[in-house]
Amino acid sequence: MSENYKWVGYRTIVRKEITRIVRIWGQTIVPPVITMSLYFIIFGELIGRRIGDMDGFSYIQYIVPGLVIMSVITNSYGNMVSSFFGAKFGKHIEELLISPLPNWVILAGYVTGAVARGLMVGTVVLLVSLFFTRAEIHSPLIMMTVLLLTAVVFSLAGMVNAIFAQKFDDIAIIPTFVLAPLTYLGGVFYTIDLLPEFWQKVSAFNPILYMVNGFRMGMLGVSDVSLVQTIAVILAAGALLFGWCLWLLHRGTGLRT
Amino acid sequence: MHALEVKNLRKTYANGVEALKGVDLTVAEGDFFALLGPNGAGKSTLIGIISSLVNASDGEAKVFGASVQQDRSRAMSYIGLVPQELNFNQFEKPFEIVVNQAGYYGIPKKVAMERAERYLKQLQLWDKAFQPSRSLSGGMKRRLMIARAMVNDPRLLILDEPTAGVDIEIRRSMWEFISGINDGGTTVILTTHYLEEAENLCRNIAIIDHGRIVENTDMKSLLSKLDVETFVLDLRESLTSCPQVDGMEIEVMDERTLAASLPKAKSLNNLFSELERQGIHVLSMRNKANRLEELFLRLVEHPPGASEQPGEAQGAAG
Repeated sequence: MSENYKWVGYRTIVRKEITRIVRIWGQTIVPPVITMSLYFIIFGELIGRRIGDMDGFSYIQYIVPGLVIMSVITNSYGNMVSSFFGAKFGKHIEELLISPLPNWVILAGYVTGAVARGLMVGTVVLLVSLFFTRAEIHSPLIMMTVLLLTAVVFSLAGMVNAIFAQKFDDIAIIPTFVLAPLTYLGGVFYTIDLLPEFWQKVSAFNPILYMVNGFRMGMLGVSDVSLVQTIAVILAAGALLFGWCLWLLHRGTGLRT
Repeated sequence: MHALEVKNLRKTYANGVEALKGVDLTVAEGDFFALLGPNGAGKSTLIGIISSLVNASDGEAKVFGASVQQDRSRAMSYIGLVPQELNFNQFEKPFEIVVNQAGYYGIPKKVAMERAERYLKQLQLWDKAFQPSRSLSGGMKRRLMIARAMVNDPRLLILDEPTAGVDIEIRRSMWEFISGINDGGTTVILTTHYLEEAENLCRNIAIIDHGRIVENTDMKSLLSKLDVETFVLDLRESLTSCPQVDGMEIEVMDERTLAASLPKAKSLNNLFSELERQGIHVLSMRNKANRLEELFLRLVEHPPGASEQPGEAQGAAG
């Protein structure tokens, strides 16, 4: 067995995941685009006009980066949790578990699939935003770095959720009760300068704040937090989750009895 | 080198159930091996550990010398598994399922597609290869799992009740296919509830019960242990009373059917002449149960040594 088997195995998982995303595009790509379009219309156009500028940009320009990163977060997380848990629930995850592939290859394959969906949806949302406002691009490198790392972090978080989930209810709890509040309170719609000092300090513990502001820095050149802090928080979260996932896969938690 | 070597394998589940209590087993390369046991005996746990779906509590399993616990990737590269329960994505198409499985073993896509076509054709699934697998019949789904297990050309093929719920015609074609695989040099381990299947196909056998191997021998030696066989006799006329034959046990099943249990030493001619003498005419005769089935029931109901009382054991030793 040559070492090449890992690469072939990885590509197979990725191809399978992307085929799935494209096959059910009506469930994977369209709904987030419709939701984000509604945000653009209601918050950006209708309410945004009355709010005025924020950090020197029109309100709709200000929320575009937040809405893009929000769709990347929910879709990379959602893809991982539904695909991996679906495979576990339908028992076809056993196809991979009995294969020679090491756990890190399985993890990398699923993460790539989830990142692909996050980036696909993020790109489409960014394109849709062009119907409502002018695109500002301050630094493509920062934009891409933050987008990619954020998608990786939430794919890994989705994997942890999928590993522990035992029924479909379990994959809805975290997105509803943890992810959504953290995202909405993560500065998607506002700068934390608007918050009282106490809540500003509380917000500093929300990792999504750094991701939203990092991407906003890439697009608009403004941020509530420094870029170094942003990258450090995302890398730390990613490393922590990657280690956790590998440990869980190694133990076989929820997968091997 | 053994195809499979299992040493002191133990498994206790989180709920405290002790599924395996120190199993030792070897399967020679090229063998067609039957692993039998009643429901809950530990067969699926043993197969789960060999295929790395279940973590062993203690002991070791080696596949062609590669330890499942220490060198999982290498050990898994030798195995093809047909599990008891359907475990493929029912939304995918058979061709996709088999090609993807090959990819997990590092087989390039072009080769994988050729192999998928070959095995789907051999298992008479090619006309369904591009239809959603959920639309396949039960027998087709089982054959699809065999095609998937074969795509990496395994050296050890493990089949966990592959013919369960499959009609006799399909079952026979599956036997033929699996025998052909074994003739080609692949070691096969089969668990089944159709003991006729095990008797016809397998050369060696292990019987597991309550997490322990209670018998591990070759099929011929095992069958030679059967010292009594029971035959069912269909009679021309109704019986008025139960006939008596020296050295045989006769039981009336209904007014025109008898069950006769004969020690191996006794000739069937004795039975027929004695019945003839008593004015009983036999129209037809069949085995009451498959030979292996009789032995199996004896072994799992009365495992060797289980019926010995402490006193008897001491007496025997003394």
